[in-house]
Amino acid sequence: MIHFDKFKLANNLTVIVHQDKSTPMACVNILYNVGARDEDENKTGFAHLFEHLMFGGSINIPNYDEPLQLVGGENNAFTTNDITNYYCTVPSENLETAFWLESDRMLSLAFSDKSLEVQRSVVIEEFKQRYLNQPYGDVWLLLRPLVYKVHPYKWATIGKEISHIENATMDDVKAFFKKHYNPGNAIMVVAGDVELQQVKQLSEKWFAPIPEAIKPERKLPAEPKQTEARSLTVERDVPASSIYKAFHMCSRYDKEYHTVDLMSDILSRGNSSRLYKSLIKEKQLFSDINAYVMGDFDKGLFVISGKVNEGVSIADAEKGIEEEVSRLQNQLVPEKELQKCKNKTESSLTFSETDVLNKATNLAISELLGDANLINEEVENYQAVTVEGIQQQARIILDKNNCSTLYYMAKEKN
Amino acid sequence: MLDRIQAPEFKTIDKIVIPHAVAGKLDNGIPVYTIDAGSQELTKIEFIFNAGMYYQDMPLLASAANNLLETGTSKYTADELSDNIDFYGSFFECNVGQDFSSIVLYSLNKYLESTIVYVEDILKNATFPQNEFDIYLSNKRQKFLVNTQKVNVLARRKYGELIFGEKHPYGIDVKLEDYDKIKQEHIVEFYKKKYNSANCSIVASGKLAPNLISVLNQHFGKEAWGIANKPVVDAGPAMQNKQQKHFIEKADAIQSAIRVGRLLFNKKHEDYFKFQVLNSVLGGYFGSRLMANIREDKGYTYGIGSGLSSLTNAGYFYISTEVGSDVTTNTLEEIYKEIKILREDLIPEQELEVVRNYILGQFLRSVDGPFALADKFKAVWEFGLDYNYFDRYFDAVKHVTPAELREVANKYWQEKDLIELVVGKK
Repeated sequence: MIHFDKFKLANNLTVIVHQDKSTPMACVNILYNVGARDEDENKTGFAHLFEHLMFGGSINIPNYDEPLQLVGGENNAFTTNDITNYYCTVPSENLETAFWLESDRMLSLAFSDKSLEVQRSVVIEEFKQRYLNQPYGDVWLLLRPLVYKVHPYKWATIGKEISHIENATMDDVKAFFKKHYNPGNAIMVVAGDVELQQVKQLSEKWFAPIPEAIKPERKLPAEPKQTEARSLTVERDVPASSIYKAFHMCSRYDKEYHTVDLMSDILSRGNSSRLYKSLIKEKQLFSDINAYVMGDFDKGLFVISGKVNEGVSIADAEKGIEEEVSRLQNQLVPEKELQKCKNKTESSLTFSETDVLNKATNLAISELLGDANLINEEVENYQAVTVEGIQQQARIILDKNNCSTLYYMAKEKN
Repeated sequence: MLDRIQAPEFKTIDKIVIPHAVAGKLDNGIPVYTIDAGSQELTKIEFIFNAGMYYQDMPLLASAANNLLETGTSKYTADELSDNIDFYGSFFECNVGQDFSSIVLYSLNKYLESTIVYVEDILKNATFPQNEFDIYLSNKRQKFLVNTQKVNVLARRKYGELIFGEKHPYGIDVKLEDYDKIKQEHIVEFYKKKYNSANCSIVASGKLAPNLISVLNQHFGKEAWGIANKPVVDAGPAMQNKQQKHFIEKADAIQSAIRVGRLLFNKKHEDYFKFQVLNSVLGGYFGSRLMANIREDKGYTYGIGSGLSSLTNAGYFYISTEVGSDVTTNTLEEIYKEIKILREDLIPEQELEVVRNYILGQFLRSVDGPFALADKFKAVWEFGLDYNYFDRYFDAVKHVTPAELREVANKYWQEKDLIELVVGKK
């Protein structure tokens, strides 16, 4: 049970406080409700580029990192298709420094030309390092537009192409900040060695003076139901052919989400899972295989992907996956097997609670999903999953006509 | 009116209290170290053996032996082991390092006694079935081929060889043909020699059950197990490559991986603490000079860093980055320039203050929670040091002067002593 208090400032900033006296640290996690899905299709990669610019100085403080490091603090951030999340930890007696820094960059950035110019290059190098100069690095750049025809999940967080990042202008940056970076569009979690009264007082002092702004409205086009199988075949200079099968599934908000999540565990969590036992060990079709949910907020994806063994045809490998899918659709999962996955989930949730930063981020995400207290209902929600529910989801989701397949073929060596 | 320009008052960290591990022994003499902390009902138990890569007489041996422990015992098949360990929601982890190998059990306290029986059998009665070995090797081989396409991995593999020499166990680079040479019987032999009670230590951390020691005694402490021997290897001194600059071309690379560094010392050396502070200034944190120059000013890279890797019998310093291939040469120039500035100029007191406080803050972060405390304990124990080491470290970080740091830079960062490796395109 994670205990927390919640209040709202007059400017609509939501603040959540979680005290954990077992740590000497305090952490401040600020989640902005903006991600790559909020981008213009012709200016993709912008939410993530913007995350970099948030470290390029704010209106009153020329450098974000140095004052934080001076008080023994550390920070980082991440951007997904759904959200942008910033976090820092400091020795708890220096909590106010974090409030000073975070409130100033919520108030306004410095909008320095130099910072924009440099961070464009840094992000382009990140694009190359993670997506282009790696074997299989471009998989999601290929798969997303195959799976999504309308919804902005059709581009990756890093962006569709490098030119979008190259062409980002200061006007774009300012407009993006104005629209998305305001108190009503953020959730702040303060956790660790902190007191509720202290957080209230510091929030009033540093965040309350930030003017309220109009909360941006999100009107994203819904992805129409997929009605026939899609596929794409590419050839690359990689040692092993791979197969990626992506199926549309429910959103993080839907009650079926936990069922689908455990369905992926049954297929591929740990060495006792079905795909591992059957396709790696017994039939030896794959050297590596995984099934997972992407965890998207809007209607998301269930993915099965694997690297095919040398000498195995991609058709045989795919047939192996299909057989396991049919088994899930046609036979109820034994209760004991489902219980195993529930136990594993309970255990990993408990382990994740040993880390205060992790708790802070999860509280912020839960609040955005509707209520911070969802974090305390996780175990219960997983316990409530039934074998019948899994069979039903397997039939709905793992349907051929709901699937997009990427065949990522190893180039024949001459 | 709120003053947003002036930073709030802050405090520097004066003292860090590190709860110590409690040392004990099982009845058969296995040393046990326990850290009882935290609020979650969890336990982590590490079984540590002197069975790292340093002790192998052919590549892949240490990792294969460790990874295959869970693929079958005289009592259980691989499936039975994984079914049962997974059923109780426990996690089983295999770790292979240069010096030590370990297997780690993470468990909810309520299931600890149910899962530990499997760990016992894995450690005492592993059988390494041929079929499991074949599958493991074939999958690892494919992973090796995939990794061979990554400039960063190629650089890491080659750099060890350049630093330690191709004959030294820390420097031996895995080659594709090694996957054909290794046989199941080699693994069995390695297992018999290294995985025994005389070569084992246990570190347990978490909110520990009062009867933990008696549970451990029941499963691991009643009598000696395995063939008792403690491996002794004298690999001789590491020999850094004589040639200073190395280049491996990868024609299709759009980024180059860069390493610059040298053979140095481990944490037992008298200059270690000062060197750590100096290294932080150069490339040890986000605000470091390499990051400030090469990422935050020039935009050549997504990240650049430097470090001192401390092994039981040696240590080495390295700078590591991946940069656009068109700016490879420029990046190297900037790296040497930053090192030269540290040899010639004094570090401004204000910058040193940031680094001191950052290091102390990181330290505070690194003793947070039972598992972190266990890691801190191992960080000294593995080198035969004690907790006193941290007091000395603390003291050095607080009192080292810019002049001393410049001296250290001159002592260890002469350009002629540095080995450069580029994998990619220049």
